[in-house]
Amino acid sequence: MIRFLLLTTLLSTPAMADEIWVTNEMDDSVSVIDTTTLEVIAIYPTGERPRGITTSRDGSLLYICASDSDAVQVMDPTSGAVLHELPSGEDPEQFVLAPDDRLLYIANEDDAITTVVDTRTRKIVTQIDVGVEPEGMAISPDGRVQVTTSETTNMAHWIDTETHEIIANTLVDPRPRYAEFSPDGAQLWVSAEIGGTVSVFEAATQSELGKISFAIKGVQPEKLQPVGIRFSPDGARVFVALGPANHIAVIDAATLQVERYILVGRRVWQMAISPDQTRLFTTNGVSGDVTVIDLKTLEPIKTIKVGRYPWGVTARKTD
Amino acid sequence: MWESFVARISAVIAALCAAWLGTSAGAATLRIDWLERQVTPPPVLSNLQAEPGDLGLAGAELGLGDITTTGKFTGQTYDLRQTVVPPQAAFLPAARAALADGARVLVVRAPAADLLALADLAQAQGALILNAAAPDVALRGVDCRVNVLHTAPSDDMRTDALAQFIVTKRWTDLALIAGTHPRDLAFADALHASLTKFGLTLRGEKTWAFDANMRRAAGAEVPLFTQGLPDHDLLLVADEPGDFARYIAYNTWLPRPLAGSEGARPVGWSGVVEQHGAAQLQNRFREAFGREMLPGDYAAWAAIAALGEAATRAKTTDPAALRAYLLSDRFRLAGFLGQPLSFRDWNGQMRQPIPIVTERAVVALAPLEGFLHATNELDTLGQDRPETRCTAFGEMK
Repeated sequence: MIRFLLLTTLLSTPAMADEIWVTNEMDDSVSVIDTTTLEVIAIYPTGERPRGITTSRDGSLLYICASDSDAVQVMDPTSGAVLHELPSGEDPEQFVLAPDDRLLYIANEDDAITTVVDTRTRKIVTQIDVGVEPEGMAISPDGRVQVTTSETTNMAHWIDTETHEIIANTLVDPRPRYAEFSPDGAQLWVSAEIGGTVSVFEAATQSELGKISFAIKGVQPEKLQPVGIRFSPDGARVFVALGPANHIAVIDAATLQVERYILVGRRVWQMAISPDQTRLFTTNGVSGDVTVIDLKTLEPIKTIKVGRYPWGVTARKTD
Repeated sequence: MWESFVARISAVIAALCAAWLGTSAGAATLRIDWLERQVTPPPVLSNLQAEPGDLGLAGAELGLGDITTTGKFTGQTYDLRQTVVPPQAAFLPAARAALADGARVLVVRAPAADLLALADLAQAQGALILNAAAPDVALRGVDCRVNVLHTAPSDDMRTDALAQFIVTKRWTDLALIAGTHPRDLAFADALHASLTKFGLTLRGEKTWAFDANMRRAAGAEVPLFTQGLPDHDLLLVADEPGDFARYIAYNTWLPRPLAGSEGARPVGWSGVVEQHGAAQLQNRFREAFGREMLPGDYAAWAAIAALGEAATRAKTTDPAALRAYLLSDRFRLAGFLGQPLSFRDWNGQMRQPIPIVTERAVVALAPLEGFLHATNELDTLGQDRPETRCTAFGEMK
């Protein structure tokens, strides 16, 4: 009964708390979690098979990849209304918004293309040929370099956002799923799901600084499949979601050593950090829930039921 | 004479963008030869579903497209030549001609006898042959060859997968109906061995040797035929050419599910596999070829993808170096089945999960949970290192 309805908690309290937005890939919906009460306060319908999700810098707009609708939907987060759709190319899976909120870079998985869309004119600016099954999307904090990873070509493609030309291609281990720049822009981290590793590159030279492997007692090495990557706000730690291993790895960004593993729900995909920087939220696809981790103690503190197959997640500051 | 039967198409993939994007521009082109022995399928009772004419080759072409795109960025180019031998033509002369023309890396879709004849040619020593079709257990055992790797799963990998599924379901009472085609007998043999391996036993067994037209008579014949079987939880069927088993379902004396060649089928691939990014591979295949991707297509796709991965990582086109990399523990292929594919260094078989499927969905994916292995759970399917009868890979053990 709670689907597509604003719940009473939201109606009775002013919408001041920050929010975590989760796409439910197999329910064609997004769930909104209040970061203070850790309750689901709203569920809104989306296009088909929503995956990537992000907000504008000021939190006033939400962008959602509706993969099977071949569109990026722009949502008003205060009402859940879809304001308009952006052209996205076919089968958009993940995307990244430029720091100035202007251009959106979208991975078109079935077409081996990165589509660049102007969020203001709502027109496609250009399309860039990349490797087979583009997926992971990152942009440097200064907005100058966009990185697309291609899952079947096993590469990170470094794209100059001025010219929209590829300036470098770096090979990583099999099936790269996600890429993320460090907050200072000095490094790029890329996860390789089937390779079971995370490669760390120096962004300026695109040279590999190191490669991180994982080991959890009692878990077969083949199950250690890194996907989502998130830096702690101070850049000192990196969190890596290990998919079917049902754990988050916590990595010391300076030494590239894994400090510990945190048990979460089943098939963990992506992560977001609350705007007040105290909590980490993970989407657990198979168990259909979100694990909340206290960033001080690195302990899971709550599991929140969301829709079927939660995948993408983003944090939104509301004030 | 035979040459007139041989379709020879050369598709040279140009090094279009190698220079401007390449990280190792100037690498030699890797020539891959697709060598196919067409076989007239045995007559079956239903004439509704014919085997697609491009079975296997379609998968190889999809794989070539994938590795060619990757090659645009690495500077590696590929040249896929095709030799397709029709059923009535001789295989070996065509194979000799391809080798004489310079084929050193071959992906082969042919029955075991032809595959072995090719592998044993003097000119084929030092070549790298990937078997993308023949499921024979012996090819991974007593008849293994040092120059042959296998991307097609063997019969016993499939039947081990099914046996794990049966154990997981706690179905203890089993019966089997087997046809008389050599493929039926081979599959039934593998089933017997797998049931023994996983501690299961058959309660009863019958041979299907009807010559009536079951399209008309199944409703009358099958209840009587199955009435004689002892009670069972699951009825196994060995009917690999797809002749009679389709008429067994829902016509049995006792209402029981089917598994094996019909019902819940352990397969190398199926159009219903959708997890682990498989939907993307299925979409690309359907778009290109207008049909479902079949196990033979997947084995060919995996062979080409494995060669592309090895050429990219090992930066070589030399067959011996490619083989060494494929058999090393550095090789990991992303095969859309949830865990990396690799090759067993004791018999050249590609490790792969086996989906157990119905027409509409994946029922289970083997290896199933709880079937443990000291090094790799995939090695619970098929011939493991300790029991292998393959000696040709002696240098690896």
